[in-house]
Amino acid sequence: MKVYALHVGLLALLLALHFVLPAYHHGNLARVMVLASYAMGYNLMFGYTGLLSLGHALFFAAGMYGMGLGVQHLGLSAAPALILGLAAGAVVAGVLAALALRTAGVAFMIVTLMFAQAGYLSVLYFGALTRGDEGFVIQQADRMLWGVNLSDEGNRYLAALLLFGTCLMLCLWLVRSPFGRVLVAIRENEERVRMLGYDVFAHKFAVMVLSGTMAAAAGASYGLLFGYVGATFASVQYSIFPLLWVLLGGAGTVLGPFIGTLFMFYLIDLSSGVTTAYMLIAGVALVVLTLFAPQGLMGEVRRRIWRGLP
Amino acid sequence: MELGPYLVLATLEGAVTAAVLALTAVGLSLVFGVMRVVNIAHGEFFMLGAVLAWWIAQSVVGHPAIGFALALVAAPLIVGALAVAADMTILKRLDYDPERTIVATIGLLYIIQQVTLMGYGPDARPVEAPFNTRLALPWFEHGAEGWQMIWPWGLGTTSYKLAVIGAAVALLCAVWALMARTRIGLVMRATQADREMALAFGIPVERVYAGVFGLGAALAALAGVLIVPIQQAHYLMGADPLLLSFIVVIIGGLGSLPGTVLAAVLIGLSDGIISVFFSPTLAKILATLLVGLVLVFRPQGLFGARGA
Repeated sequence: MKVYALHVGLLALLLALHFVLPAYHHGNLARVMVLASYAMGYNLMFGYTGLLSLGHALFFAAGMYGMGLGVQHLGLSAAPALILGLAAGAVVAGVLAALALRTAGVAFMIVTLMFAQAGYLSVLYFGALTRGDEGFVIQQADRMLWGVNLSDEGNRYLAALLLFGTCLMLCLWLVRSPFGRVLVAIRENEERVRMLGYDVFAHKFAVMVLSGTMAAAAGASYGLLFGYVGATFASVQYSIFPLLWVLLGGAGTVLGPFIGTLFMFYLIDLSSGVTTAYMLIAGVALVVLTLFAPQGLMGEVRRRIWRGLP
Repeated sequence: MELGPYLVLATLEGAVTAAVLALTAVGLSLVFGVMRVVNIAHGEFFMLGAVLAWWIAQSVVGHPAIGFALALVAAPLIVGALAVAADMTILKRLDYDPERTIVATIGLLYIIQQVTLMGYGPDARPVEAPFNTRLALPWFEHGAEGWQMIWPWGLGTTSYKLAVIGAAVALLCAVWALMARTRIGLVMRATQADREMALAFGIPVERVYAGVFGLGAALAALAGVLIVPIQQAHYLMGADPLLLSFIVVIIGGLGSLPGTVLAAVLIGLSDGIISVFFSPTLAKILATLLVGLVLVFRPQGLFGARGA
């Protein structure tokens, strides 16, 4: 009960902030919520199942380009384009899972990295369709979902909150379900889970598809809400970001990805006022985190204050 | 030009790529083989070598060859020392855990890259080669009066490029001799084979690790110094060598030196040839897909022994 109170409370707080935040932070928070949904998808694989992927940008971009190309070249309206984006993410995740899950550990990391790199290069190679590095803008007229204009700032915030809330509640339910318990068991001791008669591959496959679909949902929403689709979102950097956010917030906690994303977003936002080399902050954060706080912020909370935190 | 001379030219360019790539990849392979650490920051050591070469060359007055020779010695030493420091302060404290070191070296990558951006700036800067004579190459053609030798326009190379290939071959032989014929190499191989047992026999494993990490970084830096008169020094130049070295190390079999060199020659040459005839982006897509698939279906590498 306490658990639900905490998570629903956070959503209520975010809804309340909608009415009081100044415009600049209002826009930022909408962005953070979409990116946090991406990080939550990542966390399902990395935090709960112990599968460290270095290629999640592939799924994010699959959703974004599935949606964007659908609007741009097939003339779809927003709703079917979103579904196309989700489907693209799920299919890409399924194919990559079928290949990459044959490996483990370091090999798994490199395989995901390589396929994501191939995906990024393909976006550049098919520049005639995707406009490559430059990207393209989703016209305002195409950003109408069931009569709601998503380019309006208020609607954009609420749509981001809806996405974030859905992903948060889905994660919360999932990790407390028997399926989620098996995932944690796989992370802790894969051999023993196999010996107990669970199908480890099926569980990993399912979680990877789910994680990829969630990343794709975030990618498609990002394109739709902020009206821009570009190759940067497919680059290695965008595979590293969710890892960073999740590590910072706390891997294997439901709220960790959001806290990490929020923290990192404002850290980079503040530091980019001082220097152009803002990625330095990300680098230092990664090294310091792996050295001193491998559990992350919410991980520390769980260790010291509330052991039952999901 | 006809196809023949074109192909020779592409092969020559590919051989230069292969030479530099072999040096970089052997460094990566050593670090992975002995320490089981996947060093994502390896490309940045390559970049640091190139940037330091520019810095040393422009601060030394006199003939460009003096500055370059100095850079050839100093840059790898500085980068090697930096890597040893990184190993002792970061990697050692992570107990060389494979997954956590990957995350830490990603952090290291951004730190090195961004510090270079702040100190050196976003410009690409050239270094003058110590010697750079143009050498035209002959071509044989069957003409009206039988076989004759012609000198097609554009077919040629420079003495510096040939020197790079020669230097790389010499250095690779030196690395091989170090690993196979000296006590240092013996200690390294013992650590690679069984860390616990080596420790039990009184080998200072932590010092070996620091040394190997430094050596790997120094090799990458050396490759960076060698390439800088051909390419220019730029703070983002580490990405391509990193990707290509990964490809080479994986195809050659993780941790196997002869396989790495063989794969470097193969990838360097084919990259040169494919890039001349097709789009370089397409060549990279095919190469990355190949790496992914090799790891999935033949994790020991194309040339690696099964079960190694």
